[in-house]
Amino acid sequence: MPSSVSTLTKERTEESVATPTPPPARSLLSRWGSWASVAWFLVPALVLFLVFVVAPMVVAVWTGFFKWGGIGPMDNFVGLANYTKLFDDEVFIGDLWRGLYLILMSVLVQLPFALFTAVLLNQKLRGRAVYRMLFFAPYILSEVVTAVLFTMIFLPGAGMADHMAGFFGLEDLQGKWLADPSTVLPTLFLVMIWKYFGFHMMLFLAGLQSIPSEILEAASIDGAGAWQRFRYITLPLLGPTIRISVFLSIIGSIQLFDLVWVMTAGGPNHSSETMAIAMFQFGFKRYQVGYASAISVVLFMISLVFSLFYQRYVLRRDLSGAVTSGGDR
Amino acid sequence: MNARRTVRGLSLHAVVWLIAAFVAVPLLYAVISGFKSTAELTNNPFGLPEHWKIGNYLGILGDGMFWRQIANSAGIAIGTTVVTVVASAMAAFVLARYAFRGRELFYTLFTIGLMFPFAVAVLPLFLMLRTFGLLDNPLGVILPQAAFGLPMTIVILRGFFRTVPAEIEEAATMDGCGKFRFFWQILLPMARPALGTVSVLAVVASWNNFFLPLLVFNDPKWQTIPVGVQQFQGQYSTDYALVLAYIVLAMVPALAFYAVAERQLIGGLTAGATKG
Repeated sequence: MPSSVSTLTKERTEESVATPTPPPARSLLSRWGSWASVAWFLVPALVLFLVFVVAPMVVAVWTGFFKWGGIGPMDNFVGLANYTKLFDDEVFIGDLWRGLYLILMSVLVQLPFALFTAVLLNQKLRGRAVYRMLFFAPYILSEVVTAVLFTMIFLPGAGMADHMAGFFGLEDLQGKWLADPSTVLPTLFLVMIWKYFGFHMMLFLAGLQSIPSEILEAASIDGAGAWQRFRYITLPLLGPTIRISVFLSIIGSIQLFDLVWVMTAGGPNHSSETMAIAMFQFGFKRYQVGYASAISVVLFMISLVFSLFYQRYVLRRDLSGAVTSGGDR
Repeated sequence: MNARRTVRGLSLHAVVWLIAAFVAVPLLYAVISGFKSTAELTNNPFGLPEHWKIGNYLGILGDGMFWRQIANSAGIAIGTTVVTVVASAMAAFVLARYAFRGRELFYTLFTIGLMFPFAVAVLPLFLMLRTFGLLDNPLGVILPQAAFGLPMTIVILRGFFRTVPAEIEEAATMDGCGKFRFFWQILLPMARPALGTVSVLAVVASWNNFFLPLLVFNDPKWQTIPVGVQQFQGQYSTDYALVLAYIVLAMVPALAFYAVAERQLIGGLTAGATKG
């Protein structure tokens, strides 16, 4: 007993020498903790990260202040002109609204659908393992493969979608789908659901399995119906999972690129254009690299502000407690 | 009571079947259409083919370009995974088990990377790769992909390394084991499940990447599968059945990998999502 106390105090002092500031490391051998060996382990990741993740961001911010075609010297400094031009551009304002549309649809339609499926598959059901694998499978496919598949399905005249619309008496939709400005976004959203609901369903299933069945049984004995149990027990206890799901949905919708690029390239007439598409069009097709960089920066700022805000105010209680991560932070 | 339960069970199954149809019909449509001729596909989009035509599939499988794209994708995925996992494991090791000033700062720096949209970085990344002379070079795809994979991998591995008891480390040191040997011979073998998970995640992310290979590779000999699929669609845009056969074959490796690595993949995604 005394010996263990002395090790404990010894560790304490070593630790307080090594890190005067909290939080303390759980395990440490401070005689190893020389800077040289730390650096040896940290440098590969750090260099890779600074060169290929951080530096491009800095380059984008810098390039965004120039009018530049991507080749030759970057000498036409225009200050914030790219940004003022952006926010005067009706198409770009439209990009922002379309982004918001996709976000709202993901959160208000896709996630409830994924949750519904998860609750369904959380019950005793013959073949549920097969269903799980099937519903998750689209998530494994690349967005490009998905996009080409659905381009074929929505082909005007020849595609499966037109034939199905005819079968169900929805002739109004025939030939439209991706070809008409009024239907292209809902159609793209349908493909997004197909591809991503299974991923959220898996997250929800993991969350559902962490809810102790005793609580639900007890409520059942007390006379709570299925809906009441869901509303007052399952839903609140799934809170952390739902908040993570919302976060991933929003970030994913903001950054959606491959799917839209392959299916519509933003058309017809900008009606499915998103910020990432606009950036690509200006940067790689129209050679207005400075302007495209400004779009990158706006996209980045929106993601960053949203992420920081969300992590600070929405996820904080989940991360600080032991609810989601097994409590190692 | 029993009848009610049966009805409930039936409607439950009906709903699941409906969702299953929503997911499976597009996939089945592609597989079956690949066995038709385009003329038959337009006239008879739903039914089974009158004559199962295997020419579409055989033609693609006999085409060196398809295999080349598969090999490129596989090579780049392996390269990316090795770089990501080795660099992340080393960083996660010190970030999990060393006490040094600035540790939390470095960790935060990496976690901020979780929020960096790849779409945002791609334009300046392209300019930088051009400057470095890394266009039409697999490293131009591998290194940025690895860099963008670091944050998630470090978060998962650090979490795992922290669960290895300090006593094991102490015992190893008592026996004269140095820090490098501890890392290579004790910690990494213990972390095999976690390393499996992050490797699977890295392979999938690399295999599906489209943006970067599209920009970096001009020379068709480097094309990866997603880029190849898009180009093929552009080239044979009127031969619908052939295009569908191509994407079916492009799906096969991904789905096969999923079937093999399902557990690691889902475990990694749920752990990564909740720890992010």
